[in-house]
Amino acid sequence: MTIPKDIPEKWFPIFPHLKWIKLGLPTSEKIRCGTEQERRVRANDREYNEKFLYANNCIMTSKYNIITFLPVNLFEQFQEVANTYFLFLLILQLIPQISSLPWFTTIVPLVLVLSITAVKDATDDYFRHKSDNQVNNRQSQVLINGVLQKEKWMDVRVGDIIKLENNQFVAADLLLLSSSEPHGLCYIETAELDGETNMKVRQSLAVTSELGEPGNLAQFDGEVVCELPNNKLDRFCGALHWRECKYTLTNNNMLLRGCVLRNTESCYGLVIFAGPDTKLMQNSGRTKFKRTSIDHLMNTLVLWIFGFLVCMGVILAIGNAVWEREVGSLFQSYLPWDPPVDNFLFSAFLSFWSYVIILNTVVPISLYVSVEVIRLGHSYFINWDRRMFCNRSNTAAEARSTTLNEELGQVEYIFSDKTGTLTQNIMTFNKCSINGHAYGDVMDTPGAQHKRAQPLDFSAWNPLADRDFCFYDVSLLEAVKMREPAVHEFFRVLSLCHTVMSEEKSEGELVYKAQSPDEGALVTAARNFGFVFRSRTPSTITTQELGKEVTYTLLAILDFNNIRKRMSVIVRTPEGHICLYCKGADTVLFDRLHSCNHDLMNITSDHLNEFAGDGLRTLALAYRDLSEEQWEEWAERYHGADKAIDYREDRLAAAYEEIEQDMMLLGATAIEDKLQEGIAETITVLSLANIKIWVLTGDKQETAVNIGYSSKMLTDDMTEVFIMNGYTVQSVREDLRRARERMLESSRSRDGVKEAEMQDFGGACSLGNGFGSRDAANWIPGQKKSAQPPAPPTSLLESVSGEFALVISGHSLAHALEADMEQEFLETACACRTVICCRVTPLQKAMVVELIRRHKNAVTLAIGDGANDVSMIKTAHIGVGISGQEGIQAVLASDYSFSQFRFLQRLLLVHGRWSYLRMCRFLCYFFYKNFAFTMVHFWFGFFCGFSAQTVYDQYFITLYNIVYTSLPVLAMGIFDQDVSDQRSLQYPKLYEPGQLNLLFNKREFFICIAQGIYTSVVLFFVPYGALWQATQSNGVPLADYQTFAVTTATALVIVVSVQISLDTGYWTAINHFFVWGSLGTYFTILFTMHSSILFNIFPKQFHFLGSAQSTLSQPLVWLTIALATVICIAPVLAFRFLKLDLKPQLSDTVRYTQLVQKKQWKAGGHARRSMGGASGPGGSGLGHLGRGGSRRSGYAFAHQEGFGELITSGKNMRLSSLALATFAARHSSSWIDTLRKKKHSPPAGDSSPAPSVAAPVSNSSSLIGPLETAAEQRGQTNADPQVGVADVAQVETGQCSLVVQEALCGWRATAGARLSSTGASSLGPPPIAEETNGE
Amino acid sequence: MKAGPSRTNRPDNTAFTQQRLPAWQPILSAGIVIPGFTLIGLAFIGVGVALFVTSQKITDLEIDYTGVAATSPCFKCTSFAAENCMCQMEFTLTTLFEGPVFFYYGLTSYYQNFRTYGVSKDGYQLSGDTYYFNNPQDSCAPYQYDSNNNPIVPCGSIANSMFSDTFQLYQVVNGMKKQVPLDGKGIAWWTDYNIKYSNPALVNGSFANAFSGTVKPVNWSKPVYELDPTDQANNGFLNQNFLVWMRQAALPKFQKLYGRIAEGDYAQGLPAGNYTLLINYSYPVISFGGTKKVVLSNVSWMGGKNQFLGIAYLVIGSLCIVMAMVMLIIYAKYKFTDDDEDM
Repeated sequence: MTIPKDIPEKWFPIFPHLKWIKLGLPTSEKIRCGTEQERRVRANDREYNEKFLYANNCIMTSKYNIITFLPVNLFEQFQEVANTYFLFLLILQLIPQISSLPWFTTIVPLVLVLSITAVKDATDDYFRHKSDNQVNNRQSQVLINGVLQKEKWMDVRVGDIIKLENNQFVAADLLLLSSSEPHGLCYIETAELDGETNMKVRQSLAVTSELGEPGNLAQFDGEVVCELPNNKLDRFCGALHWRECKYTLTNNNMLLRGCVLRNTESCYGLVIFAGPDTKLMQNSGRTKFKRTSIDHLMNTLVLWIFGFLVCMGVILAIGNAVWEREVGSLFQSYLPWDPPVDNFLFSAFLSFWSYVIILNTVVPISLYVSVEVIRLGHSYFINWDRRMFCNRSNTAAEARSTTLNEELGQVEYIFSDKTGTLTQNIMTFNKCSINGHAYGDVMDTPGAQHKRAQPLDFSAWNPLADRDFCFYDVSLLEAVKMREPAVHEFFRVLSLCHTVMSEEKSEGELVYKAQSPDEGALVTAARNFGFVFRSRTPSTITTQELGKEVTYTLLAILDFNNIRKRMSVIVRTPEGHICLYCKGADTVLFDRLHSCNHDLMNITSDHLNEFAGDGLRTLALAYRDLSEEQWEEWAERYHGADKAIDYREDRLAAAYEEIEQDMMLLGATAIEDKLQEGIAETITVLSLANIKIWVLTGDKQETAVNIGYSSKMLTDDMTEVFIMNGYTVQSVREDLRRARERMLESSRSRDGVKEAEMQDFGGACSLGNGFGSRDAANWIPGQKKSAQPPAPPTSLLESVSGEFALVISGHSLAHALEADMEQEFLETACACRTVICCRVTPLQKAMVVELIRRHKNAVTLAIGDGANDVSMIKTAHIGVGISGQEGIQAVLASDYSFSQFRFLQRLLLVHGRWSYLRMCRFLCYFFYKNFAFTMVHFWFGFFCGFSAQTVYDQYFITLYNIVYTSLPVLAMGIFDQDVSDQRSLQYPKLYEPGQLNLLFNKREFFICIAQGIYTSVVLFFVPYGALWQATQSNGVPLADYQTFAVTTATALVIVVSVQISLDTGYWTAINHFFVWGSLGTYFTILFTMHSSILFNIFPKQFHFLGSAQSTLSQPLVWLTIALATVICIAPVLAFRFLKLDLKPQLSDTVRYTQLVQKKQWKAGGHARRSMGGASGPGGSGLGHLGRGGSRRSGYAFAHQEGFGELITSGKNMRLSSLALATFAARHSSSWIDTLRKKKHSPPAGDSSPAPSVAAPVSNSSSLIGPLETAAEQRGQTNADPQVGVADVAQVETGQCSLVVQEALCGWRATAGARLSSTGASSLGPPPIAEETNGE
Repeated sequence: MKAGPSRTNRPDNTAFTQQRLPAWQPILSAGIVIPGFTLIGLAFIGVGVALFVTSQKITDLEIDYTGVAATSPCFKCTSFAAENCMCQMEFTLTTLFEGPVFFYYGLTSYYQNFRTYGVSKDGYQLSGDTYYFNNPQDSCAPYQYDSNNNPIVPCGSIANSMFSDTFQLYQVVNGMKKQVPLDGKGIAWWTDYNIKYSNPALVNGSFANAFSGTVKPVNWSKPVYELDPTDQANNGFLNQNFLVWMRQAALPKFQKLYGRIAEGDYAQGLPAGNYTLLINYSYPVISFGGTKKVVLSNVSWMGGKNQFLGIAYLVIGSLCIVMAMVMLIIYAKYKFTDDDEDM
């Protein structure tokens, strides 16, 4: 793996143990803490600044160096309870009186474990060193004694003045002193810092920006007094004292480390905070270490086992006391007590510790290592999964945290960001309505398929067209060519009325920098239709209209804000006409139209409804011709308002309002906020898996609701969508109460019986919607649901239709999250099928997640792409970052990352489910095998005077866990599958056992250890019974200790091997190799250890000489082993068979049908081929955009206000195009270009098939996935073209069997037919259901 | 590995990375489980019958000579005062005791498997390393040095507690005692005799000299090089009885081989008649509640008499059959319809 350069990982170390960083740094933290109340920095005065001992700019995220590695790493490792415990055991074993096992039985595994961890830590740290070095050795230009000198980053000191050039990383937190740009402005990109991809402007103080030259700056001796280092990225307060004056400093004057200078030739800054004091480093606090619920359970269980261990020890110690008193004291003629032992009580005390030593293997040290290995394996499988690889962004899924995999199989709540996660954050100009004529509606006409494949080619007649732009309706282009005035005016509005900035690197290569993607899309649309926005100055806009260059005088920009919901420009055409062009939300705009627009308005309104129904973001366009007088008159008022000191905003708004009247409607645009691929399908499948999805977005309510509909989270057939918008505590409380009343009401109106259930919101919530509760109740009896009376099927069915959704805005949420209301909110929200929180702050996102985490005892997953999602990603049990986008902070904070939301279903339903299953099976078996192994000692205790004599050879004890039984169970833990990945996706219900924690819980644990104890009983008493008076055929007794040990050990190894064979459900070659290999290894090692060769070398160590041969050549011993094996395994086998027969789980059934079909496939599936002739995946024309609905959709304006002003003030303009040209020449690849490359990232030389950007989303990925796989699989062995068809048949059979299964296990008799038929259409993923219905 | 911009990061499409390794996915179907149970059951019953019958054929005879009861001939030897006490047990065989007959002594409540007992020996010493003759390992404590600080050879509790009773078996033929030869050779493990234990090299041609400077174990009456006065080769650490004793028993109730009756007139076994067992009673067990016995037994292919295994096999076999039937019934009741449909 290579780490891409400049990835700021080095600044966000995954485990930054700040403690160590600080220890290793030559900063005197203590001194400063005591004295520093504020920071004083004097420019160009190192001597002065050094007094304060500020941290230098060297960062150290690494934890160790060569000398400290061993002690520090060991110290850290022994902070783990398990390791300390084993160290304690080791020490116990060194005491000869209690050492029941030689020291190496513990030290070998312990050293193994410690060294594996140490190697891993060392590797991690090595990479940290490398990246630290790389960062620390970056060059920066420091002004020393008036000369710019190259210095390494780490040598930069506080108080230095450094020069930054374009596209350079900012080396430390700087006070911007001067810039090459006018007004001391400079532009930075803060993506690495806060994830926001738009550029930000920073401005230097006027007094310093005049300094400009290095010569002047060298003389600068201002002193900055400011706050102490902190982690607030958006706040800075301080003051500059210079030449007897005091200037206030704000965040606007600061360049923070981690930002990149953009679009600015160079700038100078004064280092204020360096190295570890920078805001970036202050922010990279210790990441909370996430643990899975299995981890917690495991820790609890391990504690219990310790308790158990102590109990066993106590029992045996008591036994020892009694024995020593009754027998041992008399037996002293042959076996005197050890010198320190003078009474039986002391002997019992020693015996207790001795037994602690030999019974410690119930919690073997290898448990933790094995768990880690398994998780690591699963993480690799996630990384390797081709079906979670995105071609377009060339990113594969990545499991960044390797400790959470099995929790992926238990997720109940998903919290999703909207922008960039559900949507691509790409706006495309999709449709428009011009003068009552709708364009762009191609997609819905029949036979759209081929037309869609060919977007219009603009480049032929418009050299300036943007090649990435796609539009499918020829008639609009025709209309433009026909010079229809309305159409022209329409695009003119789009090309003029905006705040987009353009850059033209070379002739015809236009790059737009838009504040919101919507605007970019609109301007780009105009550009392609021949109205090209080329450049602007503070007072002009130059466009190219159908090849002819036109320059408009920009008279005013009537800026956008949230209340106005529109923006306008007033321009003077070259002909001298004055015109107002306006675009805005239809609701706002329609009120300000001239009355003659009535008819047009109605038609447009219809179109708008239609667009909105398709989930598009709409905007209405209008214009107004102004006379010179009107303009003059208004301009005066406008300037008055603009210059007003107080209420400037209000006055301006009033002035705007005045002129934006009597406008003529031109039409409307519809922009598609492109959903990511497969969103609707993913959401459907996930909710079928009983996972609840909440959308938490910073976006506006309209947009959020819009996306809710287009992603199928909200549907028109929902019973009710509650929208909570209240600003006060009372109104929010009232809203919540009303919502709950409504829900109660509607359920009561349907069925009076339901009352009880609805009051129990908690229960309803934890099991999700109707599907969930119905199935949970049926599949898994005895769950928490069982408290409820089994509702008759009719009411259950109706609860399915009773679907509610909650849309809540940030300000309401603030109240709802107050301590006294959160319970109410929780109840209400959890009763809803969909929850959308809009306009929420990052903190609120985290609070919502925290709320569920705290109260629901459910596993939460947060998914997002931006810096604003970091908090919730860190708060949730599992954080998922969308990678492949610009912002990288979410990914850095996340546990898993991939580039498409739709991969979530595979991550959860396939990888998560498997991981959970494997981990559970692993743990069950692991505890089983160790109890079986260890408890034999307990039984033996009763026959050896409780002397802590082991049953087995000490080498067997050493190797049992690390050699003889480790690999088969690891293979199972890594490779096992109960059902294939396709099936996992097809039957989302398979996910439920994980959510309900069914596969490994305390009950399962007790079953495991009970089985283990049973096995240990058998393993001890069967050889006991068989051997105690047996002899070899040559008369030599078999009941000697060594024979007994070998017999028991062999029986144990065989029994646990048979058991693992039984537990393994997926026998790959590796499993075979490991299982047989382990057995082989056992016998090989056994014979080697008992051979005379080893004995001759170490006569004292291998005193089991000859036992293996002597023992295992006896038929009697083998008969004993066979007997023990059958007694151990037969009940398990019978139990499992009966369970499978009487109470099959869904996974069993699916597995069964899968196998049956495979068998049939092998036997020649020819007969089936004729059946499934129906349509392939293409036939599932599930439109991704919902139809109908009375919603008036959101308007397409996502940007901030204030940009109009920036433009007219000219602040953000370059003074001359000359400067631009030289700049462009100097930097061969402009930053904008790089930015674009990053955005649309298909690399030029990509060998893989070109990504179909235009491919519509309507394909069902959930169906495609499996089919693809199947085809891939089969394709290797069988090139039969009919394969695909037969596979469809398979899918159908699966579907049918699910129905059968449900009918079987559910409400068998009552209304079975009706239920199962509805089940068929609603339970499977929709496309399949459609097919089934189609037949 | 460098990830250039033109290079795709797409993971490899191999069966392994994509988790599509060809695999056998067994399922506990009725077609396997029920016949499986039946087969196992039948096999077990078969083996069980064989074991049981074989075991029944084996004769064994146990003679407890602890002498707890006052009526026992050995009662006299149980008092502490008794030195070199001999006692005599009589028994009668009504039929031929088929040979070869093995002669065992057995102890109960004797904890050879006690942990500290088990480690109380010096492997180096026993392998004939004379350095350890003078410097026995600490594991032998408290039988490492005697009270005069002389090293004990063989040291340790196991050796010290060596069983010291000796036996002679006589057939009473016409009132005359005819000694039944007890062959004490080859009763130890081959590896013990040939590899694990060795005597020290002769010093000045004398075996005893090799042990000079050492003392015999506290409880022993004779030093280790004089264990068998009749056979010079059967002395030292390679004394058969010593080897047998040194091989610890797994359980507190055990028997150890003392000799074979396979020679001369008794090669075919012990004919019917009266026998006298003459015991040199010197090993105290009553103090800790143990018992001593002598066992005569013959063997089959599966060793000595072993009721347990045969019965266990029969029981488990039958249970398997019963289980198979139960499963068949349950399966028939719940699964038939379903299966017809699917198969």
